[in-house]
Amino acid sequence: MGEEIKKIMHVVRTAPHGTIYPYEGLEMVLIMAAYEQEISMTFIGDGVYCLKKDQDTSKLAIKGFMKTLGVLEDYDVEKLFVDRISLEERGLTEEDLYVAVEVLESPAIGKLMAQQDVIIPH
Amino acid sequence: MLHCINLSPFCGESFTTCLRFAQDQDPILLIQDGVYAAQTGTKFASLVESALAKNPVFALESDLLARGITTTLEGVQVIDYDGFVGLAEKHQVNSWL
Amino acid sequence: MRFGILLKEGPYNHQAADTAYHFVQAALKRGHEVEAVFLYNDGVYNANKLMSPPQDDRHIGKRWSELGANGVEILACIAAAKRRGITEEVLIENATITGLGQLTDIAIRVDRLVTFGD
Repeated sequence: MGEEIKKIMHVVRTAPHGTIYPYEGLEMVLIMAAYEQEISMTFIGDGVYCLKKDQDTSKLAIKGFMKTLGVLEDYDVEKLFVDRISLEERGLTEEDLYVAVEVLESPAIGKLMAQQDVIIPH
Repeated sequence: MLHCINLSPFCGESFTTCLRFAQDQDPILLIQDGVYAAQTGTKFASLVESALAKNPVFALESDLLARGITTTLEGVQVIDYDGFVGLAEKHQVNSWL
Repeated sequence: MRFGILLKEGPYNHQAADTAYHFVQAALKRGHEVEAVFLYNDGVYNANKLMSPPQDDRHIGKRWSELGANGVEILACIAAAKRRGITEEVLIENATITGLGQLTDIAIRVDRLVTFGD
């Protein structure tokens, strides 16, 4: 096995709560972050809703993941990319988001995707 | 990078979203309900035709057959699982679920 | 070439388990090594031995067991499995319940990780 560091991008395209995909996706990211690999997360389409401020899941009696999202930085997952068009289509701006992200144009994200060793959709 | 689309174009934005991120000449493979995009005469025909100018588009034969799709848009290449694996040998796989 | 599979949907309800299976078969036939099929999200239901489809239908659990006997590791994520009641007691033969760390190892080791889901 080579010592080469792998680039693994997690692509979140599902909205929170409606399905478990982004939540279990985040659980996966937190485990992978413990390995010395280059981990990034990219939010596209409804995936950007996962980052929206003011989510309150208390009345749903589900855990939600805003707190966990906040600790991503401590886990060395510092590369959070958001697709600008997806934000705009939803009437959102960077100010509406709960964590610090890098908003990129789709072609720039496409170039990053092309550089990945692994892409995992959530 | 091989882009796999498994959702019907009538059901979600996977195909159009994928096109925003795919690099020139990246192959796009339609599988499962994704193969409905390869049909002739649908409202997505022109979208697929414009994609073909930039990206080779493939459709999985067994999924076409299962859905009674006997004619596909010109330029769409029909492949079997052996061909699917062949594409995955040449490219990393990006599944647009 | 070394392949890994990530399967995110349960059997029968969605085509993902079938597509993943046919992909694995084709990869093996082309001489590749398929290291593992990792079951995540509802994909862990693929490892439930209590499934009992009609006789004239494919038995998806048995398919995975057979692949497991032939050297493809069938792995169910423990966190996803616990949530859904998939335990050692109901686990199909030749499958293992394991952690996401193992998926990470697979992702690092293989040449291609291919995801099937919805």
